[in-house]
Amino acid sequence: MNEAKRTKTISQTEEVWRRLKRNRTAIIGGMIVFLFVFVAILAPWISPYPPNEGDLAKRLKPPSKEHLLGTDALGRDQLSRIIFGARISLQIQVVAVFIALIIGTFLGMVGGYYGGTLDNLIMRLMDILLAFPGIFLAISIIAVLGPGLTNLMLAAGIYSIPQFARIARGSVLSLKEKEFIEAARAVGENDLNILFRYLLPNSMAPLIIQTTLRMATVLLTASGLSFLGLGVQPPTPEWGAMLSTARAYMITAPHVATVPGLAIMLVVMGFNLFGDGLRDSLDPRLRD
Amino acid sequence: MLLPVLLGVSLVSFSLLHMVPGDPAELLAGEEANPEFIQALRKEYGLDQPLYIQYFHFISHVVRGDFGISIRNREPVIKLLKERFLFTLQLSFLSILIACFIGLIAGVISSTKQYSLFDNMSMVGALFGISMPIFWFGLLLMLVFSVHLRWFPAGGKGTILHLILPAIALGAASSAVIARMTRASMLEVVRQDYIRTARANGLREFIVIYKHALKNAMIPVITVFGLEFGYMLGGAVLTETVFSLPGVGRLMVEGIFQRDYPVVQGSMLLVATTFVGVNLLTDIAYAFFDPKIRYE
Repeated sequence: MNEAKRTKTISQTEEVWRRLKRNRTAIIGGMIVFLFVFVAILAPWISPYPPNEGDLAKRLKPPSKEHLLGTDALGRDQLSRIIFGARISLQIQVVAVFIALIIGTFLGMVGGYYGGTLDNLIMRLMDILLAFPGIFLAISIIAVLGPGLTNLMLAAGIYSIPQFARIARGSVLSLKEKEFIEAARAVGENDLNILFRYLLPNSMAPLIIQTTLRMATVLLTASGLSFLGLGVQPPTPEWGAMLSTARAYMITAPHVATVPGLAIMLVVMGFNLFGDGLRDSLDPRLRD
Repeated sequence: MLLPVLLGVSLVSFSLLHMVPGDPAELLAGEEANPEFIQALRKEYGLDQPLYIQYFHFISHVVRGDFGISIRNREPVIKLLKERFLFTLQLSFLSILIACFIGLIAGVISSTKQYSLFDNMSMVGALFGISMPIFWFGLLLMLVFSVHLRWFPAGGKGTILHLILPAIALGAASSAVIARMTRASMLEVVRQDYIRTARANGLREFIVIYKHALKNAMIPVITVFGLEFGYMLGGAVLTETVFSLPGVGRLMVEGIFQRDYPVVQGSMLLVATTFVGVNLLTDIAYAFFDPKIRYE
């Protein structure tokens, strides 16, 4: 309580921001994420060449002054393809995580709030989804929907629903017996208001953390599916699909297979670091 | 708990054939089938019956180990699954062994030397472990150890040597998760009073850490094993593709490409059921390590 009194003059957002700024890993992660988003948005303006036009005379060239990351098997500029790949990755991540965040949070909150049969039904449904381990669930969804960019986003989204549902439910369960909810009920607020104006804002911290960390998982999963040929199809410059094509030239031109993988790893690392940093700042109790 | 999930899993696999656009009998018959054959299949699989009867039919076959006939090579799916699945199990098992070995050792040493060079290095290593795409790491391992150093074969199956690189690629992320978990759990346990008592009683540090602390620190770590094993069953799809290994993951992906639905259904059912079984075992192990937890 003393702590609260002393920091009364700063808002919670300011406090989180202050802690975040002092967190070295969060800063590094945040910078990587910022760079990634920046590159993704500005892709058409900053890429030196068009991503899908190549010069067959210059195929599989190692990095040089004209082509900083070399060229691929069709003589296309690797750097330009990586830059445009950022765009596709970001699009997949945002759409998939958004689907999961909305549906998962809604299901979890409703289940946690009403309890009983509804809760049981929702959570068993989540258990069934979780019975398909890891990327296997996404593959199973693709088996039904078929390959392609839109279906990939859907599959990666559905695949992430249970995580959000569980977190939202847990949060609602711990909050719904608190006095402020009781007070809201006493003044006659309806369920919808209690759920979305009282419980949701107070469940934001774990959901924001999960959103950040899930961006990393979704990128790994989506690029994995594209690598298998089940996601984005060539010639679209998606990093996983690029790696898949580059496998054939791994011995003669190792840079073609190395670079897309590095890009995936860097971005995943950025989201992981930023997510961990956010967790430390939003919820200092979890720090060891 | 277990039964509704298994029932749901079977329902999902069953629905596959009906959710894919197109007539199930035509899908099962393959692309160049004549109408008589399609009609015969429709009768044989009872596809002209109501859905709930079809589902019952499906389940009663599945429990007898009959997953239908592969559309591509007209072999019983169970036969294909058996070989492929044993292989994936072997691979996953080796990977989890590697992951536990690396993860536990790195985690324990990191926790005893918090903020030391080793601790920092292994936590940076863990960050790489969870951020690297399996398929890329696999390719790099192959490039370095098979192509350049020629220590291991570059793909295919046969000896244990064929499995080492795929198992390392598959186990990297889990090593990282287990290392982080072990470290965090150990750091919490060594602050407990009974550890201080053990030290005050003059026990050797080695005994304190490995006998008293580790045993209790393992409890939260055990829960990750089940999850990680499942992650491996899934991730095996990628490893098997990179190293051209004949596992169930690749069988399923090939099945999707070839529209071989019985194979896809069988793989889905088998992998999910195994994972549910592994989770049950984890729960039992959990109760065994932590006597405070008792399942009715």
